Amino acid sequence: MADTKELRQVLTGPILNNNPIALQVLGVCSALAVTSKLETALVMALALTAVTAFSNLFISLIRNQIPSSVRIIVQMTIIASLVIVVDQLLQAYAYNVSKQLSVFVGLIITNCIVMGRAEAYAMKSPPLMSFMDGIGNGLGYGAVLLTVGFFRELFGSGSLFGVQILQKISDGGWYQPNGLLLLPPSAFFLIGMLIWVIRTKKPEQVEAKG
Amino acid sequence: MAKNKDSFARTLFIVVGLCLICSIFVSTAAVLLKPTQQENRLLDKQKYILEAAGLIDPQAKLTKKDILQTYKKYVEAKVVDLKTGSMVSGIDGDTYDQQKASRDPATSFVPQHDIASVKRVADNAVVYLVHDDAGKLTTVILPVHGYGLWSTMYAFLAVKPDMNTVQNLVYYSQGETPGLGGEVQNPKWKAKWNGKKLFDENGNIAIKVTKNPAVAASDYGVDALSGATLTSNGVQHTLTFWLGDEGFARFIEKARNGGLS
Repeated sequence: MADTKELRQVLTGPILNNNPIALQVLGVCSALAVTSKLETALVMALALTAVTAFSNLFISLIRNQIPSSVRIIVQMTIIASLVIVVDQLLQAYAYNVSKQLSVFVGLIITNCIVMGRAEAYAMKSPPLMSFMDGIGNGLGYGAVLLTVGFFRELFGSGSLFGVQILQKISDGGWYQPNGLLLLPPSAFFLIGMLIWVIRTKKPEQVEAKG
Repeated sequence: MAKNKDSFARTLFIVVGLCLICSIFVSTAAVLLKPTQQENRLLDKQKYILEAAGLIDPQAKLTKKDILQTYKKYVEAKVVDLKTGSMVSGIDGDTYDQQKASRDPATSFVPQHDIASVKRVADNAVVYLVHDDAGKLTTVILPVHGYGLWSTMYAFLAVKPDMNTVQNLVYYSQGETPGLGGEVQNPKWKAKWNGKKLFDENGNIAIKVTKNPAVAASDYGVDALSGATLTSNGVQHTLTFWLGDEGFARFIEKARNGGLS
């Protein structure tokens, strides 16, 4: 059995020390698109966590059987199947959120985090550790998504999880919402600042100058 | 074992096997979840129709049963032939798929003055008639759509039985800029439509989405969305098209002359 220290390392490492978005700068595209509201960001993070965890698990289970010449397409097949199932589940049980997420659930297939973890970790590691690695990376992705979503929703529409915190002028309040934060490019600035803050705290994450 | 892992036959076997398992997995999920998804889609649509009819408060949390029952009790879906304006019997308005019909050349036409960029229009359109408890017609709901800045925007236009006074304009599907054009779904803006008139005394289309405050204050004007000129133009074009000759004009004429009672 894997020892607990290693397990914890795999699970919590990707949240701050080895964050897939902040350090590896993977999966940024969807982080721009779904973070204008916390609700969509949360559902997206859960969907991605589920897909990464289970694709890692299944790929790890059959890692010794996968012929190396077709391993990428085998990984893709498994990932795509899982994503379709997640999309179907969302349409059945969270219809409103799935309408807002629209194509971005389907685009989890092409999210570099899922593919990256499958190829870099699950192909070489036992199933349980791979599953945990998937959850850890999903959590890391989710942490960044929720942070960005928090700022975008609070300052872009004055609310959090749809609950009005700052009364907008258009609704008779005092707060003039920042329209830029509702548009995808604002996530670039926020993620950039987040990476800056993390790397100032943890200088070892700064890439060596070439 | 490990030696022939990469052999041709084994590769083929693994790939075919995996595809088979994955496809069974995916299709099982799709088939099992389909009824729930269809129910969701129907509920979502009925909710917006009820909102347009003013029968429910969009903010209120409603159960599935509430929506289905209210819809069934007060709303009647009818199919209208746009060319003649008469009701088509024999087609159930609740199951008729207007979007599908508009894609098939046999059941649709290409409009001459396509100002709303609808491309094709189905010959038959659905309208929703809303009755009160006594069975009296209170609202007619016309589904309309047209292109805004980025996307085709879908809405329900609810009018009073005089076929002139607007009760509601509810957008239920759009992909406009959030915070700007996306404000077509803002309750404050939607409220501006209530009581506006679509046609002037001579029966010409008079409704205007406008930046001019004097016009917006009149019976025929609605204040345009600030920062969203193209979306506002899209709303205007949508209404002009669907109230015009290639839209519901014939139906509106018939309905005004007592065709619905």
